[in-house]
Amino acid sequence: MTVYLDHAATTPMRPQAVAAMLPYLTEHFGNPSGAHALARQARAAIDDARDAVAAALGAQPGEIVFTGSGTEADNLAIHGRLRAAGPGRAVCSAVEHHAVLHPVESTNGTVVAVGGDGVIDLEQLAATLDDDVVVVSVMLVNNEVGTIQPLADVADAVRRHAPNALVHTDAVQAAPWLDIADVAAAADLVAVSAHKFGGPKGVGALVTRDRASLVPIIEGGGQERDRRSGTHNVAGIVGMAAALDATVAERAATVARVRRLRDRLTDELLRAVPNAIETGRRENKIAAACHLLFEGVESEALVLLLDDAGLAASAGSACASGALEPSHVLLAMGVDRSLARSGLRLSLGWSSTDDDVDLALKVVPEAVARLTK
Amino acid sequence: MSGGVDSSVAAAVLRDAGHDVVGATMKLWGGESDSGCCSVADVDDARRVAQQLGLVHHVFNFTDDFDSRVVDPYVDAHRQGRTPNPCVECNRHLKFDRFLVRAMQLGFDAIATGHHARVASVDDRWRLCRGADPAKDQSYVLSMLGQDALSRCLLPIGELTKPEVRHRAAALGLRTAAKPESQDVCFILGARGRGAFLGDRIDLHPATVMDAETGMAIGSVDAVELVTVGQRRGLGVGGGDVRYAISVDVGDRRVTVGRRGALDTDVTPLGSFAWVDQPALIGTALRAQTSAHGASSRAIFTGDGLRWAAPVRRVAPGQTVALYDEDDDAVIGSGVA
Repeated sequence: MTVYLDHAATTPMRPQAVAAMLPYLTEHFGNPSGAHALARQARAAIDDARDAVAAALGAQPGEIVFTGSGTEADNLAIHGRLRAAGPGRAVCSAVEHHAVLHPVESTNGTVVAVGGDGVIDLEQLAATLDDDVVVVSVMLVNNEVGTIQPLADVADAVRRHAPNALVHTDAVQAAPWLDIADVAAAADLVAVSAHKFGGPKGVGALVTRDRASLVPIIEGGGQERDRRSGTHNVAGIVGMAAALDATVAERAATVARVRRLRDRLTDELLRAVPNAIETGRRENKIAAACHLLFEGVESEALVLLLDDAGLAASAGSACASGALEPSHVLLAMGVDRSLARSGLRLSLGWSSTDDDVDLALKVVPEAVARLTK
Repeated sequence: MSGGVDSSVAAAVLRDAGHDVVGATMKLWGGESDSGCCSVADVDDARRVAQQLGLVHHVFNFTDDFDSRVVDPYVDAHRQGRTPNPCVECNRHLKFDRFLVRAMQLGFDAIATGHHARVASVDDRWRLCRGADPAKDQSYVLSMLGQDALSRCLLPIGELTKPEVRHRAAALGLRTAAKPESQDVCFILGARGRGAFLGDRIDLHPATVMDAETGMAIGSVDAVELVTVGQRRGLGVGGGDVRYAISVDVGDRRVTVGRRGALDTDVTPLGSFAWVDQPALIGTALRAQTSAHGASSRAIFTGDGLRWAAPVRRVAPGQTVALYDEDDDAVIGSGVA
């Protein structure tokens, strides 16, 4: 039996989501764009899902664009806005997911530094903002370290210094843990991904407030009010809504329970492993995030030993070949290159238990000791 | 597992012999490549073969070490007018050091590769011998391995000929059975070549081409750093007898050329020796091989190089010379010209 502490990569599907999806994988197979009863049934399911997702994210139903992933939602926000605005520049933080970083870099945008705690440098942000900037993207929660970004302050700076810019936030890692309706209220564009909160893989959504006009990056049949073509992933969208409903309903209890587990995990690992370093400031992280550096240990080897010991953990993002890349997030936080190769991400989720933490507390110190012999 | 047929069959042979095998692919080169050892398509092949064989497969990212241990020294050697063997350095520092250490950390007893060479234990000492297929023998690129590495590595392909390897792969239905062999240096694009690769990284300088017999300047080259001893094309001295580069002086920006006979030498100085077991004694008669797939020649070990039994072509500075016993089978060690 494997203990799973890689919920930031993906989390088990919520039973409510699976149950909600099954009819749309079987008898309710219609294409929602059609004109017959089966199509209407599918259309109604998407309409209901849109209402639910909008309510959970603090948006109007017409502001929700369903996409094929969180990455697509991020790409639509950056590229769609750049295309709609005409000449203009994108700005993002240095710790963004590549779904934001690459679109910004590939369009000659500006990347703003973060401090040692992983939080965006607001002074540097303000200094780069001007009338040319048309979109500013700062993630709500970082996917590696778990740091929460001061989105309201970012939005405030954008309104003052870049009046033509929309504020986009990648809320993919935030959605399971924070009340998006509240913390992302200042953003014009908000991206989420279903599989991070117990929905299926291959479904995302972008909130696009009224003032946010976008040129689509996928053209075709004009679905999603011409903002994202392609036949709807009906089951996936239904599953996303069901998972988000369950997440919101249980959030307060889950956050409190998981925070206690995470604190025990982190505190005891810091006690058990000499020279372990906790990354970032814990009070500024989501409840599920435990990220540690083990000087002198190669995390590529560490995760394999942990896998052998029955613990699924993560050491950063992999490239196309499957090889781990040195974390651009840690490098941006000023961690040196060799120390950045020693990171371990233990990310908890809605299904995590005390037993999971117990196993991690046994096998992580053993594996680290073996690799530092 | 590079994604080639040899390492695919090596994994299958060991699995079938009852070993507890895990497949691993090293990601070595972060830049562009034709296919070499590093491309995503090759990693896909390695992973698919491992899956088919029922083996766990991992990818290790050693790009930083590959840069610092293989690519940077390769570039730096060319800057000095030397011609190194990056494959030898990769085996020395990456496969049989970095990778071996990683495997030991993870609790494995040994590593295995798909090299065509044989490791044998005789009286508790380890020997490295040529592979069973003379045409595919790769003992040259392993000639710098010592007892420590040899005691912890398996080379199951060394007992097979290349046709036998392909036959085994086909019989197992492995997708790599008919895959062409990788050629040349894995981090250099065939279409752009060595000159463009080095030109991106170091300043290339024109040089005078001097005739060894007359001492006269008879031509010029655009990039002295790209000229290798023994080279005859691209020296800008067309017409008349064929001339070969017999020495390259980067500092003085001069390439000296001569006729075929001037390329031959009776002695080759060597340094940076590595020994399979005991260092060779001065005066030892042995055979030496100066390139990966060339034939060996008889020589006497002089302590700081070789005295050849009959003149051989000059060895380009930086090249590895592999030393074999008089039977031309067991590797004694290696030196660098």
